[in-house]
Amino acid sequence: MSGTAHAPRPADGALSAVVELEAVRVVYGGRPVVDVGHLAVRAGELLAIIGPNGSGKSTLLRVLGLLEPPTAGEVRFRGQAVARRDLLTVRRQMASVFQDPLLVDATAFDNVALGLRFRGLSRGEIVPRVQRWMDRLGVGHLAERRARTLSGGEAQRTALARALVLQPAVLLLDEPFSALDQPTREALIVELGRILRHDRITTVLVTHDRGEAMTLGDQVAAMMDGRILQLADAARLFRAPASEVVARFVGVETIVDGRVVAAGDGLLTLDVAGQKIEVAAGRGQAGEEVRLCVRPEDVTLTVPGEVSLSSSRNQLTGTITQLLPSGAQVRALVDCGFPLVALVTHRSVEEMSMVEGLPVVASFKATAAHVIPRS
Amino acid sequence: MTRRFAILALALLAVAVTPLHAQPPASRTMILSTTTSTQDSGLLDVLVPQFERKTGYSVKTISVGTGQALALAARGEADVTLAHAPALEKKYVDEGKMLNRRLVMYNDFAIIGPEADPAKIKGEKSAVAALTRIAEAKARFVSRGDKSGTHTLELNLWKQAGITPAAPWYIESGQGMGATLGIADDRQAYTITDRATLLAFAKRVGLKVMVEGDRPLLNIYSVMEVNPANGPRVNAAAGKAFADFMLSPETQQVIKTFGVDKYGQPLFVPIAGRKDEDF
Amino acid sequence: MSLLVEALRQAASLLVGGDGEIWGILWLSLRVSATATAIALALGIPFGALLALTRFPGRGLVVSAVNTGMGLPPVVVGLFISLLLWRSGLLGVWEILYTPTAIVIAQAVIATPIVTGITLAAVQNVPERFRLQLVALGASRLQMVWVVLREARLPMLAAVMAGFGGIISEIGASMMVGGNIKGQTRTLTTAMVLETGKGNFDVAIALAILLLVLIFLVNWALTAIQQRGASAR
Repeated sequence: MSGTAHAPRPADGALSAVVELEAVRVVYGGRPVVDVGHLAVRAGELLAIIGPNGSGKSTLLRVLGLLEPPTAGEVRFRGQAVARRDLLTVRRQMASVFQDPLLVDATAFDNVALGLRFRGLSRGEIVPRVQRWMDRLGVGHLAERRARTLSGGEAQRTALARALVLQPAVLLLDEPFSALDQPTREALIVELGRILRHDRITTVLVTHDRGEAMTLGDQVAAMMDGRILQLADAARLFRAPASEVVARFVGVETIVDGRVVAAGDGLLTLDVAGQKIEVAAGRGQAGEEVRLCVRPEDVTLTVPGEVSLSSSRNQLTGTITQLLPSGAQVRALVDCGFPLVALVTHRSVEEMSMVEGLPVVASFKATAAHVIPRS
Repeated sequence: MTRRFAILALALLAVAVTPLHAQPPASRTMILSTTTSTQDSGLLDVLVPQFERKTGYSVKTISVGTGQALALAARGEADVTLAHAPALEKKYVDEGKMLNRRLVMYNDFAIIGPEADPAKIKGEKSAVAALTRIAEAKARFVSRGDKSGTHTLELNLWKQAGITPAAPWYIESGQGMGATLGIADDRQAYTITDRATLLAFAKRVGLKVMVEGDRPLLNIYSVMEVNPANGPRVNAAAGKAFADFMLSPETQQVIKTFGVDKYGQPLFVPIAGRKDEDF
Repeated sequence: MSLLVEALRQAASLLVGGDGEIWGILWLSLRVSATATAIALALGIPFGALLALTRFPGRGLVVSAVNTGMGLPPVVVGLFISLLLWRSGLLGVWEILYTPTAIVIAQAVIATPIVTGITLAAVQNVPERFRLQLVALGASRLQMVWVVLREARLPMLAAVMAGFGGIISEIGASMMVGGNIKGQTRTLTTAMVLETGKGNFDVAIALAILLLVLIFLVNWALTAIQQRGASAR
């Protein structure tokens, strides 16, 4: 697959690109780290870029923020290529927050005011703005505290206030929640999401966490080895990944070979290891060799014989081959002619007395099934 | 924090820009190259201001070891010298580096030592004989060891005695006269000292005079003008003025009485107009 | 012990007893070393920051030179500068040998590598991502350097103390280029050596005590500033 993906542009052009990359390549010592044909960040939306470590997403973010010149290609701001002499001016229309708050050794207030001071604003202009944004991020009461004394969460909120107070045309976030503990993370993600949506702040968020991308992202780009494999709105990326590589990264665990038996009426019928599987909105032709994708959280397990209240069109009998605890849930590997992965709660495991070898019925909706071409 | 920094910076600036000594024009300044013991006697602290008042010249007195004093003058880094190493001075005159050597004054040296006098030299008339006895007795002796006028005089005496002094009884301090006296006192050793330092230290040091008055123990001071050809910017006029000043009757009178109020006896004997052969 | 007591009494009487000469010596020492420190800071801080933040061919060589300069024996500096300032030297025309200006130059030469070296280390110690964050907030090159220097202010105050302390106590260079001329270029250290050589140990110790007190007061003031920056943590 080539490394390009296009986001659908609305016909009326209401959503224009604030910053774009055109044929951008970054090469370190002979090794290509970023290779993106085209990427546009549209006004008012949050673009989440997900990818494993080493996929080049931080480098991509730096290029977007004019913090690093690409080896080849062009960065455009509001449709115009950025000339060298305009670098500082355009950079001042953006702001970044990194994983580490990187606060200056001064008070929290001085930190938040830092960018405004760089831009030469007067004290009278700075004070109310800083106070307002510190209050919005929930750290208003910490204004006179020295930065070194802040907790991790407080420091990151201060760093966010420091960026947002600049009212940037683009906000660039590089894994801003990664260093925080779970409860702090969750609270901050929700609050920040609210602010970004309310103010319609154009944002690019780089993260390796699918959950963050799904929660905050309007558009999500999957990046691997420097290339963007797919760019789509969050729901579609997760439910309808375009390739096996992307599918695996977005959390699809059941990917098996199948053959199209019948196609029509927006419904695709597959033969997977002798089982009949129905896929809604699938594209394919009879006889085509494809791969079936099912997310583990879309699979429900029930005891055989129990009256099925489920409306799922796909119900397969099988046996549990493995139970793997995974955080607050359990991964159940089921053999129903092909390996199927289901995600169940500990409660379900208890109530159904699940053990390896137990016969179960695994069911999933036709809408939860997805088909990708066999490469 | 920034405010404190600013205060510190301002204080630093205020101190720094206070005008340093205003420099008189080059033609009115001169460099007098002399030795540490000459300076230490305190005579120049009296004479130099008198000279400056009288002539309007501003004098920079550089007091270093005799060797360095004369070498600097030979390079043109001074305008006039006042030293007390006749042999070395004559060499420079012969080479044409220094001009118009004239005797100014003398003070004398004495061999001093511990009251116990292990080498039995007290009252001895001949300095050379006394040193010979010290060497034979292997009695402790402290030398300046720094190529100063005093040191040169001492080495000359050893040479005349035909002796090469060596450790462990012969100690070289490598320092000025005052410090050397301190060491000799500490070790209860013999040493050679000039009269001025001896008088200045009389109360502090327990050593007594053993031998004095012998001709070789005379320390003759001369003034020499620096040959303008030695280097750029030699102020020959100022050098001559200083030399003439040192030999003037008024100055010679000051020299004659210098030290009486402090030590009860004069430190120097003025000898303007005399020649080496007279001694 | 009695020597020390006598010296303390001498020190007090020298200061109080209206011996203007001592005050003149003290003031000269302070003025000369403060001026030289100011010059060293004005040259050393920007140069140290430049070395830390830029890359250019030959940089390694320059950094080595700075580190060597930090350990330069002051008397070596004094010797070479006096050669320059001799009447027959390259800068002889200036006629500043045996003046306080010459001492200021020599001391500035001694202190500048020290300030440069410490600034270089202090700025390099600020992580690169910190600099990136500043740029990402819209800092110009100059603004970024200013904030980085402020972040490194604690070790830099140490640079000031090291620079000043080193030169107010040095003697070799001051002696050579200053000439220890009474009332003109006699500093605390050169006066001390003179008095010791004359055997006036009590006066020498009195001067030593004055020098120590002066150094202590200056460092006390600087430390107060430095620690106040550090204490609020």
